[in-house]
Amino acid sequence: MNLEITLTEEGNQSIIALAGEIDAYTVTNLKETFDSVTKKEGQEVIVDLEHVTYMDSTGLGVFIGALKSTKESDSELKLVNIQDRVYRLFQITGLDEIMDVKAAIRGGNE
Amino acid sequence: MEKFEFVEMTIPAKAEYIGVIRLSLSGIANRMGFSYENIEDLKIAISEAITNAVTHAYEKDEKGEIQIGFGIYEDRLEVMVADRGISFDVEEVRKKAGPYKRSKPVEDLQEGGFGLFLIDALMDKVEIHDHSGIIIIMTKYINEAEVGLDGDQISTTS
Repeated sequence: MNLEITLTEEGNQSIIALAGEIDAYTVTNLKETFDSVTKKEGQEVIVDLEHVTYMDSTGLGVFIGALKSTKESDSELKLVNIQDRVYRLFQITGLDEIMDVKAAIRGGNE
Repeated sequence: MEKFEFVEMTIPAKAEYIGVIRLSLSGIANRMGFSYENIEDLKIAISEAITNAVTHAYEKDEKGEIQIGFGIYEDRLEVMVADRGISFDVEEVRKKAGPYKRSKPVEDLQEGGFGLFLIDALMDKVEIHDHSGIIIIMTKYINEAEVGLDGDQISTTS
């Protein structure tokens, strides 16, 4: 029931790899991480959700906040490797239409 | 009267206990024969309800409790989440809740507000009672086909 956050910064690219569960409790640390990277100008912020096994609306809220913040600082936010169940939340809420979200590759031959 | 079994839990109104309840729910739903997908839906719905109670019901530093009840029926699970905190305007929240609409600029997007919408979308039946505190009762049937994206109506009483 924890969320592991690994931040790798290289030039204009920040990669945030997440592992675990995103809920009202674990989201606090994630918010802080986003605050530290999304306010910088001209950044490409990539969030890797491959190992996120659970997420609810508190996670969606933080991603919306991060999206706004990157837009303001002329940066870009990309969510990659999202598992089916988590991706479904973006679809139900319609957020997949305004966010750059990519589902995890299935099968490996794509 | 229809036979059912009832499991009740009381937790402090703190976010760190949401995961504990998710695990309990998972155990109960799994034992009842819910599919993996339905258990995931249930986990999100109960977390949303508890998150609402944790964030809205009690003032900062105020110690509060949240009661959770599981009504275990042969064909369905009824999940109840109750707090005795400050009520919120259910109608107002419902008006704001909903999926993102393309016409809205990103700047106007609410960072919260998807909670109740998701509960509605993921559960088969949702009732919200507002007496002294909020009680959310949500039901999921074991063999119900995947719920449609628009969900069912939320019924409210005050």
